[in-house]
Formats: sequence, structure tokens, C-alpha cells
Amino acid sequence: MSNQAGMNLTLKVWRQKDGNSKGKIETYKLADISEHMSFLEMLDVLNEQLISEGKEPVAFDHDCREGICGSCSMHINGEPHGPDRGVTTCQLHMRKFKDGDTIYVEPFRAKAFPVIKDLVVDRSAFDRIIQAGGFVSVNTSGNSQDANAIPIPKAEADKAFDAATCIGCGACVASCKNASAMLFVSAKVSQFALLPQGQVEGKERVLNMVQQMDDEGFGNCTNTGACEVECPKGISLENIARMNREFLKAKIHKE
Amino acid sequence: MQLDSKCPTGPIKDQWTDHKNKINVVNPANKRLIDVIVVGTGLAGGSAAASLAEMGYNVKSFCFQDSPRRAHSIAAQGGINAAKNYQNDGDSVYRLFYDTVKGGDYRARESNVYRLAEVSTNIIDQCVAQGVPFAREYGGLLDNRSFGGVLVSRTFYAKGQTGQQLLLGAYSAMSRQIGKGKIKMFNRHEMLELVVVDGKARGIIARNLVTGELQRHSAHAVVLATGGYGNVFFLSTNAMGSNVTASWRAHKKGAFFANPCYTQIHPTCIPRSGDYQSKLTLMSESLRNDGRIWVPKNIEDVEAIRKGKKKPTELSEEERDYYLERRYPSFGNLVPRDVASRAAKERCDAGYGVNETGEAVYLDFASAIERYGKEQATIEGNENSSKEEIIRLGEQVIENKYGNLFQMYEKITDDNPYKTPMKIYPAVHYTMGGLWVDYNLMTTVKGCYAAGEANFSDHGANRLGASALMQGLADGYFVLPYTIGDYLADDIRTGPIPTDSKEFDEAEKAVKTRLEMLISNKGTKSADYYHRKLGKIMWDKCGMARNEKELNEAIAEIKEIRQDFYKNIFVPGSTSEFNPELEKAARVEDFLELGELFAHDALHREESCGGHFRDESQTEEGEAKRDDDNYTYVAAWEHGVSPSDPILHKEELTFENIELKQRSYK
Repeated sequence: MSNQAGMNLTLKVWRQKDGNSKGKIETYKLADISEHMSFLEMLDVLNEQLISEGKEPVAFDHDCREGICGSCSMHINGEPHGPDRGVTTCQLHMRKFKDGDTIYVEPFRAKAFPVIKDLVVDRSAFDRIIQAGGFVSVNTSGNSQDANAIPIPKAEADKAFDAATCIGCGACVASCKNASAMLFVSAKVSQFALLPQGQVEGKERVLNMVQQMDDEGFGNCTNTGACEVECPKGISLENIARMNREFLKAKIHKE
Repeated sequence: MQLDSKCPTGPIKDQWTDHKNKINVVNPANKRLIDVIVVGTGLAGGSAAASLAEMGYNVKSFCFQDSPRRAHSIAAQGGINAAKNYQNDGDSVYRLFYDTVKGGDYRARESNVYRLAEVSTNIIDQCVAQGVPFAREYGGLLDNRSFGGVLVSRTFYAKGQTGQQLLLGAYSAMSRQIGKGKIKMFNRHEMLELVVVDGKARGIIARNLVTGELQRHSAHAVVLATGGYGNVFFLSTNAMGSNVTASWRAHKKGAFFANPCYTQIHPTCIPRSGDYQSKLTLMSESLRNDGRIWVPKNIEDVEAIRKGKKKPTELSEEERDYYLERRYPSFGNLVPRDVASRAAKERCDAGYGVNETGEAVYLDFASAIERYGKEQATIEGNENSSKEEIIRLGEQVIENKYGNLFQMYEKITDDNPYKTPMKIYPAVHYTMGGLWVDYNLMTTVKGCYAAGEANFSDHGANRLGASALMQGLADGYFVLPYTIGDYLADDIRTGPIPTDSKEFDEAEKAVKTRLEMLISNKGTKSADYYHRKLGKIMWDKCGMARNEKELNEAIAEIKEIRQDFYKNIFVPGSTSEFNPELEKAARVEDFLELGELFAHDALHREESCGGHFRDESQTEEGEAKRDDDNYTYVAAWEHGVSPSDPILHKEELTFENIELKQRSYK
């Protein structure tokens, strides 16, 4: 812990009462912010300050505060999850900022992610994409075959795992100029495409999930790669290439 | 009321099979006529909802998060136990059963634990079939690692994200049923009351967190899979939203609360850094496989390190005290969590803590990096590699095993754990106590079930690592879907439960009154203010070591805070909008009542067992001392006229298959 005085910051925060109201940026001053705080702890301090002034605190989604639940969703200085790489907002620490900084905080912006209040957005479109096919159709059974019955090459299993670490936060959508959800969808498609258990219904899966993605109003991929840069979990663009192959195969097979 | 655990009799290895053969079953056509509410979408709730829907029941599922995939099971890191014996190291269902009962310090039910061990192998099969990408060896088969408190390698894992992968498995199974319309999913909805009609749980009152609307939901049975109550300590490794409200509301409607004082304080968490701290972050116990825990031997070195004049890496082996290896030579750094936590506290209380707060010890990977580096160099045929090369190779191995944990540590602390030892300290992590349930997982309210961390059933007074995921999925996939049928078989002619009854009217009115009281109070203090105050009392007086004097003080102080809360709480906004402060205030109100029950329970149990350590009950060497003559029972508390008058009921525990012994990890 350093003994120096903390930082003084100016926050420009998006305030919006609800989905039907118009929002605007409000300005707040914060003093003596420790560099060891997480970004959300800094917002806690702001909210305590607002409450003590009898004002309404800033609403934001957050839960685990260790970078795994995918709840936190904010645009900080124009980037989803802020300036650090490989972290979610809750893991972003104030040491990435300096005394006197002005910080802009906005919700994730996308047509398919409507604002609920302030920094809180509705990401249920992601749930509906998974409901369209992001699963293996097996029921719970006390008689599944033994887990070691099908050996899976370690390299494939590791790639499937890497794809499966997506936390569904939506940073990919928020960073994309087309508000495309291809990185999110392709991560799930890839996880199953790489595993024998998932390959059985691979064709239906990719067709259904892509259809739902389009229906939700997400844009298309134009290979800019911003999503990969901003993804807090480092999900690779290769997954999009794999999904495109899977999609094409399935389309040709169907026709 | 006499507690009936409904445990089967007969040889333990046949009990679960016999029980399943004897209980009532609902035929597939009739399942369509029955509604079940499942609250919570973690491993227990998610897997229960999916399995019940697959069987044909109409399921309504609730979570306060914006998606069921965000439940806090997702943050579990290390792994999941199963008695597969893939490593050929002598593991078996019996050994897992034995380790769990012993690890829990002989305060769990034999029948439940045996069943847990028995279905553990099904869980791994089920998850692999769902496409859960567990870690594998080069031969393509599943890999295992070892965890604290056991002598075999039975933990399946997916790097440091095992909870995430298992939860996403359950979430996809749920999603499939949501797509089919068999589960109706209510995201951003919080259960605020249990509705009991003619002595049976028949529904809940839920609040739509976006609009603030109060809703009535009816069902033939209600399953609470709402997790633990570690956040009563304010600072814990739980998610910010984790709360006791659903369990507490059921408790006030007649569900007994069992062993509330059994709390797991996890030894390896990132230490506190300041007063603004909002939560603590766990570093997986799996790190103790390769990390060695130490503090300096000499107090001068401690002071030099605290002042920044010395670095831990400058201390020679002789100047370090590997206190776990010293005190417990046979288990070493892999002693169970309660033992490891108390040992860290003992060293820090003695003045050897290595950071400014005096509450941190080292977890050092230098030996492991060197060992793995040498192994790797040998594999690559370069046995004469330079020291730098060996360290580089060793760091790669460590990165493959724990990469995400090391990254997480570095992001939070700004220290590189490959180069300097991690600093860790114990933190509240899991609660073994919870709603009392019988063998069928039913609480003392008919038709109200509790699964996963929300119940008390399987871990006794201390849970072994990698057993929470096992229990959550065992309850949800393989226990509850069977046992609930025994109760629901009587409901096939009942028809839909109406929501216009006086019981629903009263329950909704009670919730409305409560929320309006919170919002209209003219106070000045935030919910967090009270939560922090409560947490400090809990940590100081009901934490890693407890005694009569401090517990009595805690009870008095919690009462005072509660009175102050009702006078001075301030909640901004209104009830009819998205209002996170209102959600927090209602949860803190329940924590303020639970906290007192917790202290009453800790006070009445004058023995040390597992995570519950009473200063008055220890051996000469400072180890926990159980009192089997007087305390071999489950303390199940009934809610009294006020939170200060809980009524104790005892369920005696009998051990027919395992001999009670004083635990030793020496």
C-alpha cells in the first residue's frame, strides 16, 4: 500500500432512468482514490458519495468481481472493460489511471443490448442464441457411458476448452463496429465442433444458432478483429473461421 | 417436533439403491400435470431444473442475475471429486465416503455422504457427455489432480475454471429445456417470500428486479438452490449478490436452519488491501499441490520485509519456516482447509505476517518451478540445461497448470507470482450449515426442498476441496429428481395451485409492507454501511476462533446494529423501478437476523469441530478438540418469536461404518 495521497478524478457517467427515457452524461468529481482499488470499488465510492448527498446511485451490473461471471459490462474511455487487456471491468485496477484523469463510463452499446438503466443493459439475446442450439442433446442419465470411453486428443480438448472459457459478457459485440456477435457464437460452436460429443448434431447447431443470432439483430463480421483485442478471455478469431467452415458445410449438406 | 432424517437402514452400500426402489414414482403422463419452482441456477439449481424438465415436470426457474449462466458456482476454480480410481491409486466409493466424513470432522450423516460418493462417478460421465472440456492427458484420457485432506488423486478439473465449465454444462442443459418450453426462465427475479398453504410449500413471491413488480408464482413443490450465506461476513469470496434471503424466508416459514456456525474459512485468498475492499478473491486450493507455504523464521526478517528493506526471495531455506510441513509432516501443505487456515492465523497472531496489515503468509512456487523445469529438460533430452533455461521451462509447466490464477493474482496485486511468492491469507469461502433437510432433501416445510450449498447435508463441520461442485451436481442431477417424486406422487390429482388464495394475499402483502418500510424510512445510512459493520463483528468474534465472551458480545452488538438499521437505513429511489440499493437493503436485513442465529449456534456448541474452533476446546498442541459425548448431533434451529429466541432441535448422528477418531493429519 502506498502512503501517497490518492488520485483526484473526474467521471463522466452515462445516466438513463430506464429503457424509454433519454440518457445523458453527468459529471462527478472523486477525491483520494487509491490505486489499489478495482474500478468497481471506485464506483462503490462514488455511489456511497451520491447516497450521502441524497442522490440516486449509478446502476451497474456486477456480481463475482473476479472476472468470471461476465456480469460487468461497461465502456470505459471508449473501450469495453477499459484500457487494460485480458481483464473484465471488475479486475481493472485504478493503477491504470493517473491523478487528474477524466474517465468516460458508458454502457455497452448495441441494438441487441437495449439499456435497462444507467450502465445496465439487457443481454438476454445471448441466452436465446444458446437456447437455439448451444448444447448437446443428452438427458441426465445415471447410465451414460464411462467418461474415458472416448479418448480425445489433448490438443483438440485444449482448443475446445479455450473456446469454452467465453464468459458471455458481450464485450465482443460492444467493440464491433457492426455490433456482431460472431465471436461469442463461434466460441460455443467451436467448443462442440472440436469434441466428439458435440459433433453428432453439429450441423443443426451451427445453422440454428446463426439463424437466432441474425434474428436478434446482431451485425455481420467484417474481420476487423476488434473483438479479439477487447475480449477479456482472449477468445481467438480462429473460432469465427471455424464457425464459417462449419456453417458452409452444414448449408451445403442441407441443400 | 421430532426430526426424522428418513435415512434408509441396512448395509450402507445398498441404501440408495434400495431407497430408490421403494419410493413413489410419478408416471410420465402425470409429470406433465405437476409444476416445480427452482430458485437459483447454480450447479444445484441449474442441474435440478434441467433434469426435472427432461423428466417431464413443468419447471419455473428463477435467478437474480441477468442470466442463469452467472450464478456463483461459475467462480469455483480447482475441481470436482469423483471416485473413478482412474489413477489406480486405491480410490473407491468407500474411500471417498471415508475421507468426506473424516474431513467433515464426523459431523455429517453417513447415509448422505455415502450416496454422494456413490453418484460422484455418474457426474463425470454426465458432464463429459454434455461436452464439458475437462483437462486431458496426452493419451486422450481424463487427467486428475490431488486436493487437501486426502491421499489419492481424484479431482477432475478444467484448468482453474472447473466451476465455469460445469456450470455452463448445466446452463446448456437448462437452455435446451427453455428452448423446448419445459423450463420457464425468470432472469432478474428475486424470491422474497415462500408461500405455504395447508402446511405445504406451494409457491413464492418474486420481485421483477427491472420493473419492481411483485409476482405470485405457484407450484406443487419449491426447490431452493440459492447457495450459501458467507456474505454475512461482508467480505468473503462469494459474489456480491450472494445472499441468504431465500433460505431465511423459508426458515421464518418453518424450515429449520442447521449448524449455521459451520463456516469454511479458505486458507488461500488474496489478502485485504484497504477499507474500500468490496470482496476477497480466492486462489484455488489446487495451488497447494505445488506451492509451499511459509513465513520467515526470524522476526527481524518479518520487519525488514514489511518495511520493504528485504525481499522474500533473499531469504535462504534455513531462514524460512515452512510451518505446515513442520507441524504436519504426513499431509504437509495439503492438510484440510480448516487446519491450514488456523495455522496461518496462528503464525500471523504471533507476529509473523508478511505484509503491512500483518495478515499474510507466503505461497511459494520456486521449488515447483525448478522441479518441473528439470523434469521438462530431461524429457527434452537437455539434462545439462542452464539454470535460466530450467526456470523458463518450469514456468511454462506452471503456466499450463495455473495460468489463469497467476494472471488473476498479478492483475489484482501488481506482483508477478512467477518471480516472487504469492501473499495469501484465509477468507470466508463456503458455509457448510444451511437449511436442514432429510435424506430426500426436503426441509421441515413439506414440499420445500433445499439443494447444494443451501442445505447442510453432506460436509459436516468442514468441506474438503473439490467437494462443493460434486455435491451441487449430485443433488441436482442424481438425487433430487428421484426423491422429489416420492412427495409429488400424492399431487397428481391436485391440479394447478391457485394464486388468489389468502395465503398468497398475505405473503405478497408482507413483502410489500417490508419493501415500503425500507424505502420510506427517513434515515441517512446506506445498506453497505450496516453490512460492513455486521461483517466486522462476524469476522472478529465469530471467525476463525471463537469463545464464550466474544460470542456473547457479538449477539449483543448484532442486536444493536439491527435496531439502528430500522431507525437509520436510507434507501434511495422507489420500489417500482430497477433499484439495486433496495435489493441490498432487503438482503442485509436478513443477514442481520441470520448473524445472530449464527452466534447463538457457535455459542451453544462448546466443542471444536472442523471449521468451528472454540478457544475453550483445544489440545495442548493447539489442535481442535471434539467432544463426541455431548455434541455428536446436528443442531437444527427453529425460528422463535424473534430472531433472538431460536429453538434448538437435535438430530443425533450415529456412526456405524466409520469409527469416530480425533482427526490427525500429522
